[in-house]
Amino acid sequence: MSWVIQLGASTLDNIRSFGRAFLMLTGALIALPQLKNVRLTLQQIYVVGVQSLLIIMVSGLFIGMVMALQGYTILVGYGAEGSLGPMVALSLLRELGPVVTALLFAGRAGSALTAEIGLMKATEQLSSLEMMAVDPLRRVVAPRVWAGIISMPMLALIFSAIGILGGHLVGVDWLGVDSGSYWSIMQATVDWNKDVVNGILKSIVFAIVVTWIAIFKGYDAVPTSEGISQATTQTVVYSSLAVLGLDFVLTALMFGIN
Amino acid sequence: MTEHLVDIQNITFSRADRIIYDDISIQIPKGKITAIMGPSGIGKTTMLRLIGGQLTPDKGDITFAGESIPKMNRKKLYHTRKAISMLFQSGALFTDMSVFDNVAFALREHTDLPESVIQTLVLLKLEAVGLRGAAQLMPSELSGGMARRAALARAIALDPELIMYDEPFAGQDPISMGVLVKLIKALSEALSVTSIVVTHDVSEVLNIADYVYILANKKVIGHGTAEQIKGSESELVQQFLLGKADGPVPFHYPATDLSSQLLGDLI
Repeated sequence: MSWVIQLGASTLDNIRSFGRAFLMLTGALIALPQLKNVRLTLQQIYVVGVQSLLIIMVSGLFIGMVMALQGYTILVGYGAEGSLGPMVALSLLRELGPVVTALLFAGRAGSALTAEIGLMKATEQLSSLEMMAVDPLRRVVAPRVWAGIISMPMLALIFSAIGILGGHLVGVDWLGVDSGSYWSIMQATVDWNKDVVNGILKSIVFAIVVTWIAIFKGYDAVPTSEGISQATTQTVVYSSLAVLGLDFVLTALMFGIN
Repeated sequence: MTEHLVDIQNITFSRADRIIYDDISIQIPKGKITAIMGPSGIGKTTMLRLIGGQLTPDKGDITFAGESIPKMNRKKLYHTRKAISMLFQSGALFTDMSVFDNVAFALREHTDLPESVIQTLVLLKLEAVGLRGAAQLMPSELSGGMARRAALARAIALDPELIMYDEPFAGQDPISMGVLVKLIKALSEALSVTSIVVTHDVSEVLNIADYVYILANKKVIGHGTAEQIKGSESELVQQFLLGKADGPVPFHYPATDLSSQLLGDLI
């Protein structure tokens, strides 16, 4: 019987924790219209967005280069190496841009957010905000949630753009695919709404999920060194799984069935 | 009759399955220093969190200036908290801000004062705790005692009616402790603020407290002025005041019989 009890207890625990997470997110998102928050949000955009630029750009470049290399070796067998441009661009815009950016974001910025908020909790800074009549949801959580939601789609677009240039570098400059066909077939194939906008939408969904998980895990962490280290690990694991799972669902909705 | 700023009436509070307080009442007289003492782990900090409305009692009521804290809605509670300050054990300074900005934080959040006025106020508060020269330092550059004084300057920034000190003397060297004792007394007199000092440093607090409550075993085991407490006949109070290792508060955590455990009958 004990495993039934355990199963029940852990299910209740998970539902409660989801409820707390939901309350935290709504509390934070409702807190947008405050002028003071704009400055705090800009600061956080710098921390989670601008400081993630390097890793995003370098990863984008290499992933574009690898895609062009792999794509070329297959396409050239069919004499279709002219389609390298759309292959690289579509894969990046639809899938790799949003997904890899979200995964990198979870590792780079998500873990930092969890650790920061967890430590603020452990050092009683969150309690002290509450006692100073300042709502930590507005002061600490809201700017970080908004910064994540604003930064990630931009990072994903930068990732894709650099990736396409990386593909050009390998495909055109190195392997000799015609530059004209690389760009013109890409331009003819990539659709603004279907490919670019859907990619951005995916990225916005991932941004909400990753930032939400990261901040909630910090906010709900057991305020000990072990608790925070566990919360940070969970942020990266849960965010990555959520992004990959949601990506399938979103792809099915956006591209799967006509 | 003395007016009470905080009135804790018959509260019961439990966490998970553990009862922390069982039907206890405490009155905090206005403008005085009240000490709440007791052994570690008795839930003294919990009492401060209950008064600050961060926790809600299972039963009973807590009033601040006549209004029930547990019954307040969120907006009213946040409004009331502007009149309450709490000095956390760790200081809880915001690590990403300088000492100056920490002290200015509440003023910037809650008032529309121009920056020049805020600067004057902050420097005066820092002067009161002797840290005007440390205004531009970051919290990581302060010693433990200085961090607590900086937090004290932040706690008095909005001129609160009530300051709650959570273990202000824990882990302090004798000089810092002396400074803090002097500051708590001086601030209480100068600002005629009501103070609650939660501590287990008996000798320091008995010197400055106007009234003392001693908590143990989920109850108030003694209360009175410092003199009355010193002369208390309760064994429990005397054990606490004199720091005896064994007595009504047992040295051993409850356990099974030692011999039967060693002989392997029980785990």
